[in-house]
Amino acid sequence: MMELVCPAGTPAALRAAVEAGAHSVYCGFSDETNARNFPGLNFSTEELTEAVAGAHKRGAKVLVALNTFPRAGGEKLWHQRLADAEAAGADAVILADVGLLDYAATHHPRLRRHLSVQAAAANPDAINFYAETFDVKRVVLPRVLTVQEIAEINKEIDAETEVFVFGGLCVMAEGRCSLSSYATGKSPNMNGVCSPASHVAYAEEGNELAARLGGFTINRTPKDRPAPYPTLCKGCFTSENQTGHVFEDPVSLDARHLIPALAKAGVTALKIEGRQRSRAYVAEVVRTFRAAVEAVEEGRPMPEGALARLAEGQAGTAGAYAKTWR
Amino acid sequence: MADHAPSIPRLPRLVGAAMRPLPLMPVSIALSALSRRIAKRHASMFRRLGEHGNKRFALDPTDLPMVFLMDLRGGKVRLSAHRTAPPSDARIAGPMAGFLGMMHGAYDGDALFFSRDLVVEGDTSAVVALRNAIDDAELDLTEELAEMAGPMRGFLRAAIAQAEKQSGVVLHRVDTLAGGWT
Repeated sequence: MMELVCPAGTPAALRAAVEAGAHSVYCGFSDETNARNFPGLNFSTEELTEAVAGAHKRGAKVLVALNTFPRAGGEKLWHQRLADAEAAGADAVILADVGLLDYAATHHPRLRRHLSVQAAAANPDAINFYAETFDVKRVVLPRVLTVQEIAEINKEIDAETEVFVFGGLCVMAEGRCSLSSYATGKSPNMNGVCSPASHVAYAEEGNELAARLGGFTINRTPKDRPAPYPTLCKGCFTSENQTGHVFEDPVSLDARHLIPALAKAGVTALKIEGRQRSRAYVAEVVRTFRAAVEAVEEGRPMPEGALARLAEGQAGTAGAYAKTWR
Repeated sequence: MADHAPSIPRLPRLVGAAMRPLPLMPVSIALSALSRRIAKRHASMFRRLGEHGNKRFALDPTDLPMVFLMDLRGGKVRLSAHRTAPPSDARIAGPMAGFLGMMHGAYDGDALFFSRDLVVEGDTSAVVALRNAIDDAELDLTEELAEMAGPMRGFLRAAIAQAEKQSGVVLHRVDTLAGGWT
């Protein structure tokens, strides 16, 4: 059966994911070493240790994301977190930075290494470099590839591949996006926050919900429309009398119906986005996808399940897996 | 591909009408007793709030004639009832079913924001921290009230279950893990 890799922003969400059928759960520490460094989110070392023990008892794995890029002179925190993850009994760490990969391979050789989507390794040469140089066992592929391209990559690499199947989408430059920093001074790759909540303000103005990031109005959503996340890439801007989403529409990935094709393409694991979401989201999405991978494994038709109401934009897209560009 | 879910339930108008004449002071005293009990039993929730553990949150159920102020300043929890929104660091407004459903693990806060059921104003960072802290605490209002009710707990549980059935509002934790975790 394909491995279902599920998000957990809190110990409660991790428990919900495991109970709902996650094969693996990924999470992070409460600091800037991971790309979901949000207020009230993530794990202390004690919480992680307890969560790993509980997950292992139920046959689930725990993967720890250390997927931001250490600042020059500030590497110690990332190095400490690698040691903490290993001490907690984590099954693997998810890394993006070349320096951190090297440090992990040298100082924690028994700790399995996965390559984060933030490393943006999207071709066999790049993936083979990481696999050969740092003994990376699995690569999380960027959300820019078609299913056919993934199949071609899998033929030429000696590592497992993991792909996103549900949740929020980013612009197609993962690991290199600094959009948020132009409005807030902080970005996902350096600080673990895209559109930090401390820089976000909402206001009901007439019949519209105004969303401001760092003082810039980036969205005005009419009353009867779904509200998007306050990210610049999903912002709605007016230029030369035209109003629209310049970078990306606020929709979420839902590749459930592509699971059979992804299995055929040689993909090992399916990833669900959403460490910033509640345990209600985690439980419902994981249950739905667990039923889907079981159905694929047993050759049954894909079960139906409505998840769009949980998604940004309250609508789904197959993303780059089936490219239909505007 | 959009499949908008049915709107979350609203409390019956009768509930709002019945609450309108209630004096605020006894309501505030009862709410503070409940919140102190929850704070004591779920200390990790306040640790998770971090730097936001000294903020004031106005919780504005749009289907009730009251606004609740959760004041965490001074390391204590005080919950008070008001006729209109008092000064606060952040205001969260929406149907009471939304607040209770999030607390009990039935609804996702982001989804309620996308669907416009929930409105957030003020310190967004504090709201995000509060949402995450409450979500992790795995609270169960029915059980908290039942424990406070002493020998009447059985009756209270049955009454709350009936109210939940009639209203569609989630009044107990929906994801209770069988047999605990560790």
